[in-house]
Amino acid sequence: MALNTEKNSYTVIFAAVMVVIVGTILAFVSSSLSSKIEENKRLEKQQNILYAMGVNENSGEGSVDFVPTDKVAGEFSKYIKEQLVIEGDKITKDDQAYLIDLKKQSTAAKAGKTRKLPLFIGDKDGKTFYIIPMRGKGLWDAIWGFVALDDQMVVQGVYFDHAGETPGLGANIKQRYFMDDFVGESILDGTKYAGITVAKGNNDPLNQIKDDNEVDALAGATITGNGVSAMISESVNLYKDYLETIRVK
Amino acid sequence: MALLSKKDANLIKDPLADNNPITIQVLGICSALAITAELKASVVMAVSVLFVLGMGNVAISLLRNIIPSKIRIIVQLIVVATLVIIVDQVLKAFAYELSKTLSVFVGLIITNCIIMGRFEAFALGNGPWRSFLDGIGNALGYGIILVIVGFFRELLGSGTLFGFPVLGNPIDKTGLYAFGYENNGFMIIPPAALIVVGIIIWVQRSRNKALIEDN
Repeated sequence: MALNTEKNSYTVIFAAVMVVIVGTILAFVSSSLSSKIEENKRLEKQQNILYAMGVNENSGEGSVDFVPTDKVAGEFSKYIKEQLVIEGDKITKDDQAYLIDLKKQSTAAKAGKTRKLPLFIGDKDGKTFYIIPMRGKGLWDAIWGFVALDDQMVVQGVYFDHAGETPGLGANIKQRYFMDDFVGESILDGTKYAGITVAKGNNDPLNQIKDDNEVDALAGATITGNGVSAMISESVNLYKDYLETIRVK
Repeated sequence: MALLSKKDANLIKDPLADNNPITIQVLGICSALAITAELKASVVMAVSVLFVLGMGNVAISLLRNIIPSKIRIIVQLIVVATLVIIVDQVLKAFAYELSKTLSVFVGLIITNCIIMGRFEAFALGNGPWRSFLDGIGNALGYGIILVIVGFFRELLGSGTLFGFPVLGNPIDKTGLYAFGYENNGFMIIPPAALIVVGIIIWVQRSRNKALIEDN
């Protein structure tokens, strides 16, 4: 007997069975892989933080290579001397600070709670780096990153990443040539925490002027660039009070 | 004995040229415009579509006699979405670096009209093996155009291929740039893809007059 696939009752039953089957498959896949995915994300964060302070495996022009995943945990504890959590006036040490979810903290801040701000103090070849995590909006989705500062508030390194910027355009914020432009720029304009603007037409495509709080923009990625500017200035301003206490004047 | 009968072989061969999904069937144009600014992205998208279309066609073909026709589009959509989510999760767990590169593309496959188009036009009326071949053939036909467009857009727009500079360094003025050559910024924006696809269609139709419609 051929199935009568035109009947309404059949349609409803088919849809219900399909939803249950598909739901079961996806739930199974998701729960069996989630611990592995979480672990990947955790290691990636450590890699990103180390990248910003110059601990990476970059070789040659244009390469953006992290410390390999099997070594990252060791390198992280070797170079990151302290992890702080700044909560209003209270500063505590917490070696899990890098796991703080900035998105959740910003939602909490909107609800009137005090934000927990993680900050990492790194030490490489006797030099101290203050690494600030950042989060902002690009054209399509979230962008985030880390900026490593010295005690003069001069950028020593940055790392940017994004959830879904356009490949070839906005996605180029994670290209080496863009990230390297930030090195040497100061986030201070006088004594004001101005951040660094991704500027179009600043007549400095080679980025030789380091005291203008500007880097050259990416062609075709205006909104992503504006997002990066806004992200840097918002993020450093959240840390302003702390940075004032460590800044060498 | 040949591996495939002539009829089956045509299922793979036709979409590569005379029945190409992009240039003849005009399916999947949207992704051809959006992601071909770089060659690497084109290749990755082509491979992802190959997997999803091959598997999806088989799944739909197996279900073809029991799918209620009233909700067949929704069923097709669920099959694609399920496959895409599984691919995405597996990549995130076992090839995290690769999944970062793919970022939005994996999700975009769901909206690729080639996939729904082939489910609707072929898999619903044919057996699993033939549907599989049809899926592979169409995905390859799609992939070829993507790679051609990506090649020209990255070469002329950024002077690189797979991210490696092939025309010299535009800032230090080496290679071709020493002779006053400049990258064409127009090539990296989506309308350029439309022009490249247009040129491909033009070349293809002038080589094979049978493709030109009378009106």
